Amino acid sequence: MLGTLLIVFREVIEAGLIVGIVLAATKGVAGRGLWVSFGVAGGVVGACLVAAFAGALAALFQGAGQELFNAAILLIAVAMLTWHNVWMASHGREMSRELKAVGAEVRAGGRSLLAMAVVVGVAVLREGSEVVLFLYGIAAGGGATMAGMLTGGVLGVLLGAGLSALMYLGLLAIPAHRLFAATTGLITLLAAGLASQAAAFLQQAGLITMLQTPLWDTSGVLKEDSMLGRLLKTLIGYTDQPNGLQLIAWVAVVAMMLTLMRLVNGSARQRAPSVVPQPAE
Amino acid sequence: MTMTRLAFAALAALALASAAAADPAPIPVTLKNHQFTPNLIKVPANEPVVLNVTNADSLAEEFDSTPLKVEKVIAGGQSGLVRIHPLRPGRYAFTGEYHSATAQGVVVAQ
Repeated sequence: MLGTLLIVFREVIEAGLIVGIVLAATKGVAGRGLWVSFGVAGGVVGACLVAAFAGALAALFQGAGQELFNAAILLIAVAMLTWHNVWMASHGREMSRELKAVGAEVRAGGRSLLAMAVVVGVAVLREGSEVVLFLYGIAAGGGATMAGMLTGGVLGVLLGAGLSALMYLGLLAIPAHRLFAATTGLITLLAAGLASQAAAFLQQAGLITMLQTPLWDTSGVLKEDSMLGRLLKTLIGYTDQPNGLQLIAWVAVVAMMLTLMRLVNGSARQRAPSVVPQPAE
Repeated sequence: MTMTRLAFAALAALALASAAAADPAPIPVTLKNHQFTPNLIKVPANEPVVLNVTNADSLAEEFDSTPLKVEKVIAGGQSGLVRIHPLRPGRYAFTGEYHSATAQGVVVAQ
């Protein structure tokens, strides 16, 4: 039972952390609850589909279908997170200033929410498909230990969701004027980490065969397989033996994100010179 | 979603292109009763290696190794190719994540 609890807990919290950050980042945007719920529901359905067709998916592209699928959905999530941050950089200030968003702002907010719903969907799909496969295996296995293991599974879901909720509440405790900067930073690191994981999947697919040698090894300090290592992997893309491509992907996404945000921020300022400048971040 | 579609198209094109590049001959590995055979796999160091992992159990398993940078779900009764980047000499542990108590093995690069 404990083993089941741990595996399920791990997957749920990995998805839950991302959902928590998305919820904190969209605080105050009308209709976000609905969109995030859509994302979670879509992710659960997707997870079941991926689990059901795992064999067929893996057989695509000379046996690299699963890796390419993982890389593709991770890169979609990176694109959506970038979109959100850039959109917030150009509109977030007005929104937090006026507090009630109207007209075009709400529609634009809806588009950003769509992006975030996709991010939530991707996170739930990735971790969820593993949970589905794992729990299905237990259920199909039957036997005397089944009840205990399923109990472990349910407890794992509850515990993972509970801890994710705590993290979300912790983020909300950040004063409103700092929350925006905090979630922008978290989303930037999250996107960079996902890009680094996508790079590893492209290498695993055999698509990119360069820059595969690990650059350094910090497994003596913090093992990637440990609980903290896994959490940091989800949040910032921690890996104890990053290779060149992963590092490049990570740095490139951070640089791209900061550049784009600066660009739109500058043009937003030109459009509305009366806007009070943000405190330095 | 033009960007998304473009990304997919690029990935597909790259995947087809990479199919032309020959993979090394796969090393067969079988998973049965949640145990790998062989569970000690010797491979040459500094060369790419491909394992062809056959899951002879009825349940899906995830071939998982942090040091090898591999996570791959293999459905019950199916095979999956596990591509491993050129390794420095050493021992690299892997597990079947869903049954890690028994599904364990190690790749030895030498």
